[in-house]
Amino acid sequence: MFVPYGESVPDLAGFTLLMPAVSVGNVGQLAIDLIISTLNMCKIGYFYTDCLVPMVGNNPYATSEENSTELSINAEVYSLPSKKLVALQLRSVFIKYKSKPFCEKLLSWVKSSNCAKVIILSSSHSYHRNDLQLRSTPFRYLLTPSVQKSVQNKIKSLNWEEMEKSQCIPEISDSEFCIRIPGGGITKTLYDEGCLKEIAMVILLKFVSEGDNIPDALGLVEYLNEWLQIIKPCGEDPTASALPWKMPSSWRLLFGSGLPPALF
Amino acid sequence: MAATFFGEVVKAPCRAGTEDEEEDDEGRKETPEDREVRRQLARKREVRLLRRQTKTSLEVSLLEKYPCSKFIIAIGNNAVAFLSSFVTSSGVWEEVGCAKLWNEWCRTTDTAHLSPTEAFCVFYHLKSNPSVLLCQCSCYVAEDQQYQWLEKVFGSCPRKNLQITVLTCRHVTDYKTSESTSSLHPPFLKALKTQNFKEPPCCSLLEQPNIVHDLPAAVLSYCQVWKIPAILYLCYTDVMKLDLITVEAFKPVLSSRSLKGLVKNIPQSTEVLKKLVTTNEIQSNIYT
Repeated sequence: MFVPYGESVPDLAGFTLLMPAVSVGNVGQLAIDLIISTLNMCKIGYFYTDCLVPMVGNNPYATSEENSTELSINAEVYSLPSKKLVALQLRSVFIKYKSKPFCEKLLSWVKSSNCAKVIILSSSHSYHRNDLQLRSTPFRYLLTPSVQKSVQNKIKSLNWEEMEKSQCIPEISDSEFCIRIPGGGITKTLYDEGCLKEIAMVILLKFVSEGDNIPDALGLVEYLNEWLQIIKPCGEDPTASALPWKMPSSWRLLFGSGLPPALF
Repeated sequence: MAATFFGEVVKAPCRAGTEDEEEDDEGRKETPEDREVRRQLARKREVRLLRRQTKTSLEVSLLEKYPCSKFIIAIGNNAVAFLSSFVTSSGVWEEVGCAKLWNEWCRTTDTAHLSPTEAFCVFYHLKSNPSVLLCQCSCYVAEDQQYQWLEKVFGSCPRKNLQITVLTCRHVTDYKTSESTSSLHPPFLKALKTQNFKEPPCCSLLEQPNIVHDLPAAVLSYCQVWKIPAILYLCYTDVMKLDLITVEAFKPVLSSRSLKGLVKNIPQSTEVLKKLVTTNEIQSNIYT
């Protein structure tokens, strides 16, 4: 359930909700981190649930000593009212058998808060690509039928690749075709539920492999930015720094502590 | 997928934890028998709160039955030993309940008859001031049991006028620092506090990107969300079994407002601790 950070419940009517699916390479979560950090979004509440493994730590977006001691939990909500954006960040994995109940609770909150649309940032195993997918862009999108016509037209004008259907049971040659997102976590469940519950939902994903997924996250936010224009695109301003996206301070030491000098 | 040294291609573990999605797919084709097995397993793993003296379950949450203003929770054998030596040995504490649970980490299968050495998660209140509650949790509470534990202890209505102190240990290899780990000198104490905890902590705060998991994280998350003042004192150690030096690393916490007044005689407590550790060492001889 949504629990506000302050005293009052914020009004999210008409807002666009950005959220990650916990998926291969954690790309969606890294992308949401970049968005929250770059746009300096404010924490407006928690999505308190028994579906995610508990974790706590100090403010992952700290920029100074003063704001570094705010406690963060596994599912938090941030907003940028000027752009009517709200972001849900998920920081841990689902407890066994709890992913479906989570999807239900989440979509119920989306409906009750009257968000205009939900954008899910996700990823899928790159080794599952077929020959055609190997030769094309690694980015894909999916829209539920309830997405507004204007959004559908805008996305069509960007010449993006829609996620292709593949055989439901790969081993069986006459198997039906359906949308499969291997390694996508709850992406497929959210998509199916979004279609069923008539929620305007856009899924943006990238084919990735596990490893250093920071470049994949940067790629995914740039892909999102092509459409939403949440920050000025790189090419337009020659004086802009090479990297317009701000990496949060919590991305330090992603691959472990410092090395003992005696090792060398 | 990844290739091993021998050229075989294996499925690499996915750190996003999405291996279970295959199980979720199968879940849609779950048979009534599968559902029954799952239901029985869930029942076996249920967290139950009971009174050992009367062998009856508590009908309401622990804090509803025993409202308190101070709640001190020790999780793990070193934190439990610290509270046993310095706090519970300094006053008269009455047992008010016990959390009985089973998971794959439990050593004994029979949790109905708990002897003092087997006691898992026991709750006490101070006889002279029943608004002070203490929890000694020596067992591992699995991730699917942590929220259940929270509900059984705290209930669904967050309490006001409550301050929580949690003590626990983690292995020093979990601690991330830009310096080399050889520069660390375990055991050392770090703290994490909720927004509403206003007192200065007894040690430095846990720096990013370090995080905490398991039951301590579940308790702190609950307190942060429901605006309850709470602090977690985390001892990073290189000895996870009961160890004198690790337990003594918690000593700075004795000066906190929660524990001050509960500790009477520190030298005597230190003796109690030494006896506790020695007894345990004899018991843990692998040849006996």
